[in-house]
This record gives sequence, structure tokens and C-alpha cells, in this order.
Amino acid sequence: MISLAYRDIGNSFGRYLFTGLGIGLLIGVTLTMAGVFRGMVEDGRALLTAADADIWVVQQNTLGPFAEPSSLPDDFYRGLLTLEGVDQARNIAYLTLEIGTAENKVRVMLQGIDPSAPIPRLVAGRPLTRPHYELVVDKRSGFHLGDVIPIHRHRYKVVGVTEGMRSPSGDPMVFLPLKDAQEIQFLKDNDAVYRDRKRLQENPRLNPAANPGLIDDVETAFFSNHRVNAILVNVRSGYDSHRVAAEIKKWLRVTAYPKDEMEQILIGNLIAMASKQIGLFLVILTIVTAAIIALTVYSMTQTKLKEIAVLKLIGTPNHLISRMILLEALGLGLIGFLSGKLAVTYWAPLFPKHVVMQVDDTLRALVITLLICVLASIAGIRSALAVPPSSAIGG
Amino acid sequence: MKLFNRHFLYTVTFVLLVAGVLVLILVKGPLAPVSVKVVQLQRGDLHPAVFGVGTVEALRSYRIGPTRAGRLLNLHVDHGDYVKKGQLLGEMDPVDLPERLKAAALNTDKIEHSVEAAEAAVDEARERYHQARKEAVRYRKLVEKKQVSQELAESRESEARAAEDKLREMQANLAGVKHDLERASEEYRALEAQFADLKLISPADGLVTAREVEPGSVIVAGTPLLRIVDPDSFWIHTRIDQVHSGQIQVGQNAKIELRSHPDEKLGGRVKRVELIADSLTEERWVDVGFNSVPEGLSLGMLANVTIHMATLNQVDWLPSAAIVYRQGRAGVWVIREGKTDFLPVSIGVRTLDGKVQITRGIATTDRIAIYPAKPLKEGVRVAEMPDD
Repeated sequence: MISLAYRDIGNSFGRYLFTGLGIGLLIGVTLTMAGVFRGMVEDGRALLTAADADIWVVQQNTLGPFAEPSSLPDDFYRGLLTLEGVDQARNIAYLTLEIGTAENKVRVMLQGIDPSAPIPRLVAGRPLTRPHYELVVDKRSGFHLGDVIPIHRHRYKVVGVTEGMRSPSGDPMVFLPLKDAQEIQFLKDNDAVYRDRKRLQENPRLNPAANPGLIDDVETAFFSNHRVNAILVNVRSGYDSHRVAAEIKKWLRVTAYPKDEMEQILIGNLIAMASKQIGLFLVILTIVTAAIIALTVYSMTQTKLKEIAVLKLIGTPNHLISRMILLEALGLGLIGFLSGKLAVTYWAPLFPKHVVMQVDDTLRALVITLLICVLASIAGIRSALAVPPSSAIGG
Repeated sequence: MKLFNRHFLYTVTFVLLVAGVLVLILVKGPLAPVSVKVVQLQRGDLHPAVFGVGTVEALRSYRIGPTRAGRLLNLHVDHGDYVKKGQLLGEMDPVDLPERLKAAALNTDKIEHSVEAAEAAVDEARERYHQARKEAVRYRKLVEKKQVSQELAESRESEARAAEDKLREMQANLAGVKHDLERASEEYRALEAQFADLKLISPADGLVTAREVEPGSVIVAGTPLLRIVDPDSFWIHTRIDQVHSGQIQVGQNAKIELRSHPDEKLGGRVKRVELIADSLTEERWVDVGFNSVPEGLSLGMLANVTIHMATLNQVDWLPSAAIVYRQGRAGVWVIREGKTDFLPVSIGVRTLDGKVQITRGIATTDRIAIYPAKPLKEGVRVAEMPDD
């Protein structure tokens, strides 16, 4: 039995295919938007994965180093290590900066880490080994192994490349030794240093004539930075991170977030507005896409009403006609979905920010597409069945 | 037939499209194996080293300044001059010291005269005493012959004792005046020493690095006027992370990279591992000297220092990127039948160029996954990518 749908499509295959591709592009845009939405959430999580901490210790009553500024003394971690249940505590400093050469400036998030710490998602090169002047960059920054990048006063050598390490705002992440990060974060330009030093020297209380050595100590204290943005704590196995975090909060008078609360801050607070914006847009786009698919499928039937009347006239049973319309609609949906998915797969990496295609999102989109096709074709079938066969000759 | 052919073509196209998408899902999609690169245990020499940053400083540096407050009279040397040990560098204004010195000299002279007078007085008293003694002896004899009265003889005795007392008094007076003389001359010498101290003398051969005060300025005691360093004692005061400082010993070779000459590596040697560590920065101070001190150094210039440890001959090593940590344990992902398997390893020395000595845990035939495209887990299918 040769299907009616098959023959019908065969008659105007080009038009059918292009209609499908058109729908496909629309589905592609919708999927991309979903991917951008997922990407934002993923970016927030990427940082948590990179940090690999059970508890984030930050300045008291602040929302951590990303949502709000946070600053802690860098010897504070020793106090944390004495608490029961704390296995490791590492200092970490974050700052967002534009780095690179004059022609190629890239906005990155610098992450100052203990140089002996392992770096996740390394795809080339090696982790940091020197306590100064080395970088591990993310692939997306466009830097390569062996590049020498000046940041403020010093020249840093790229020794490793990671993939998928991003800040919550999507900037590629760059790892560097903590001491360098502290210096970059704090050190002013030379003119500012000169002016500040002059100001100190002119202050008779800080530079008394009777104690000429004092000013050196004042300057040392003034021009050094022993602060970090957060301390990452790993909990000993068998201890609950919520309880350890509560202990830290209670006894050390700082704020500590277990990983899930930090995730909530990153995803719930930091990107809440942006993700709501994108989310609403995604909803509208989905509705528009659904409407367009439905209208396309419906109007496809409407343009064929004359032929259907002819079919009815030659005695084609109703169920064959319904089948034809349903199959054509599903075929259109499938072509649309596949071409859309293919398009997304190829254009997603071109986006400056991370676009994540999740399997369940894709499957959901497929189901929704097919469902819309079925619904639209039911409407089509209804109008097709209502066509009187006489209209084939009469109209 | 034509119709059939066209339909056949469409069918084939459609099937190919679906197959293509399926293949894409399997090869590039979520079901695809994770692509990794492969390394194996390697054998070779490892050159461990420790890296630190420091500044150019001088082991022997001198701050030349007055020991007393005063006004600077003159300075004979300037920034950049080489000075010799004992050289006169400058002088402080003595103000009233010359006059005080002269007064002290006059005072000494005067007391010398007093000594002479006291000596004369002693001589005179002694003369009188001898005279009185002789008189007394003679009267004693006359009493025995009953030629004078007992009373007269006793009065002569008493006169003699009085003369003796006078002599002692004069002697004591002389000793006192002599002490006065001694004190006056000590005072004179003290003033002389003070006067000499106003001269600023170079304590060693060296180079003047700073001239901080100009003649005419009034300064407090201890203010450095000149800074002098011994250029042969230049070294790099280097900060080394305490984590790595345990292996550093005096005499180890080092390479010094000056900020002024970033492409030039100078030879050096660890000269001192300081006993005091910085507890705040968690660093330790290590002083690295130059094998030959280069020209044109400036104090305080930044330098990168790499200290080389003893070479490890023919040991097994892996790139450090291959080492992963799970629950605090170091290990590697070994590929067994196309799937990952976590194998804990024991790690030895790490080098700065990213090699890690493996002391135990894996065999040379093990294929180890490195640079995975996605984070690896236990039992994940992997596809080995060739090196590019």
C-alpha cells in the first residue's frame, strides 16, 4: 500500500522540505535560547566545580565573593584548620580583569589559587608549579600555551589550558598563583603609589624626625595586601558540611556557605534577573514557535482542500485522508526538529557565551514539536473531513 | 519508473538524514566516548628546582650618620662615589666644641700648676716636720741629762707631731690635686674624642648609594646621611615558599633573572638560608649570591631566582597534568579495555616544568588518560586521540 502522504509529498517535495527547514530554523532559535538559559546556570556551576569545595567561607554577613565583595585575612585559614571536621582549607582570590595584548584584550576572571592545587579540566600543558608569574587559561580566552601575557607589572607565561572554566557571567577563567592575584588586586599604578608614599612621608605623625626608620614600616604595612576573597573548605569524610559550616559561623564569626547554598547564591541571586529575562523570552519564543508550526500545518491542509475533495469524490476513505494529514504534519515536525537541532549543534559554539544543549531539553523539544503537529493536524483533519466532495467540481 | 526513482531517491535521502543524525549523537553527542590523550610512564633524569622572587640587596650595607644631634657642616662624597675604609666623608658642625676644648686645656694647665704648688707645700711641710722631729729628739736627750724641763721636751714632741700631721695634710692635698689633674685631662680627652666623632669616617670600602642630607641641615642623632654598600656583597634576598624551603641548602646552584635583563640568566649560589621565616606570608628568606656580580645593579631591583636541587637520575615520571585527586588521594586514570580505572600512585619529586616522579602504583605498560574532554569518572568509555 502506497501511502497517500508519501505520494502527496512526492508531488511537491521541494516546497515541503523548505517549509520543514523554515520551521527547523525557528525550532533552532528556540533550542538555542534554551541552551543560553542552561548555559547561564551551567556557568554558575562551572565555578563551583572548579572550586571543588564543600564550604565557602566569606566575610561576615556577605553573600560570598561573587554576589557581594568579600575580604578575609589570608592567615585566617589556619584557624579554620583547627576546627573539627575540616580537612582542607585553601585561600582563593577572584578578580575580573581585561588582560592580553593591545590588539587582543580579553575580559577574564582571574582566580588566585595555591600553586600546588590541582587544576580541573586541563586539556593541554600542566598545572601551576611556580609560586609566581604563571597562568593556566581557559581555551575560550583565545590564549595559547607559551603565550606571555603582561598583567599590570609582570609578565605571565601561559603554562596550561583548560576547557569549560568560566565565571558566572561567562568570562573565561584564568588561574594564577594566589600571591600574584593578591598583588594584582591590590597594587595601584606607579603614580598612585608615588603619591601615596609622598603623602605618608609628609605626615609628621607617620614620619617623625626623631624616628626616621618608622616610615619604612608604615610603607610596608600600607603597600601590602594580605587579604583573600574566600576560603574554600573541604570537609573530612563522615562530617556534614552544613554542621561544620554552622560551627564555623558560630565560633569564627564569619559567614560560611555549604556548597548547595553557594549554588543557590550563584544561580538564585547572581543570575536571577538575567535568567528570568531569558526564561521569559524562552517561554514567549516557545509559544510563538508552537503557534507558527500549528498555523503552518493547518494552512498546509487548507491549501489542499480542493485535492482532498477530489480524493473524497473518487471514494477515498476518511481514515486514509486523516492519516495523510497526520503523517505529513509529523514529517514536517521531524524535519523541522532535526534541521533545527543540527543548526544549533553547529552554531552553538559560535556564541560568545556558553550554550549548553541538554539531552532532556532536546527530547522535551521533540515531544512538544510532535505534540503541536498532532494538535494542528487534528484541526486540519476536522476541516478536511468537513469538506464536501462536491466542492471538487462545484468550487 | 521515473516516479519510482524519484521516490526512491527521497527515501534514501531521508534514511541517510536520520542515520546521519543518529551517528552524530553517538559520535559527538552525549553517548560518545570521552576523548582523551594517552601518556605512559617515562624514565629519565629529573631536575627539581625551587622558584622564588626577590630583590637585589647588599649583605654589607652601612648607614653613616652622626651619633649626636647637630648641624651638618660638610659632606665630601656624593651618590655613586667609591670610598675607602677610613676615608673622611664629612663633618658635623662642632658649634662650641673648640672653645670647650680650649677651656678644658686651660683648666688642665691650671691644675698642673696647682699640683706644683701642692708639691712645694708638701716639701715645705716635710722640711718643717724633719726640723721639729730633730728638735724633739734633742730635747729628749737634754731631759735625760736633766738640762731642760720635762714640760719643754713634751712641748717639742707635740710640735713635731703637729708638723707630721701638717705633712700628711699637704700630701693628701697633693693627691687630691693630682686626681683633679687626671680628671681634667680625661675631660679634655673626652672632648677631643667628641671632636673627632664629628668627623664621618667610612667604616669600609664601598659605594655610596644615597646622600640623604645636605650640609647645613640640622639632624637628630642616628639620622643616616649617607648609605654605603659593599658592591661585592650584592645578593638576591629571595622569598621562597615555606613548602619548598626544606630542600634548600647553602651552596646550591641558582639562576638569577634580573628584571632589568629579563632574557639573561646569571649564575648564582645559595649563600645563606635565613633562620627566621615570615609566618604571615608563609615564606622563608634565602639569600642567593652572584657568581660574578654584574655591572649596573640597583638595590631593590626585582629578580626571579630558580634554585636547582640535586638531579634525580633515571626515575619514572609522568606529566603533572595526568595526576588527579580523589578524596585527597593522588592517582591516575588508567585505560583498561577502553574504560577508565582510578589507580592511586605515590608521588615523589615535582619539577618546575611539570614532571612528577612516580615512586609506586603503576607499570610502564599502563596507558594513562590525560587531558580528557570531559571530567572523567570511574568506568567511563574513552577514545584515545593522537597527539597533535
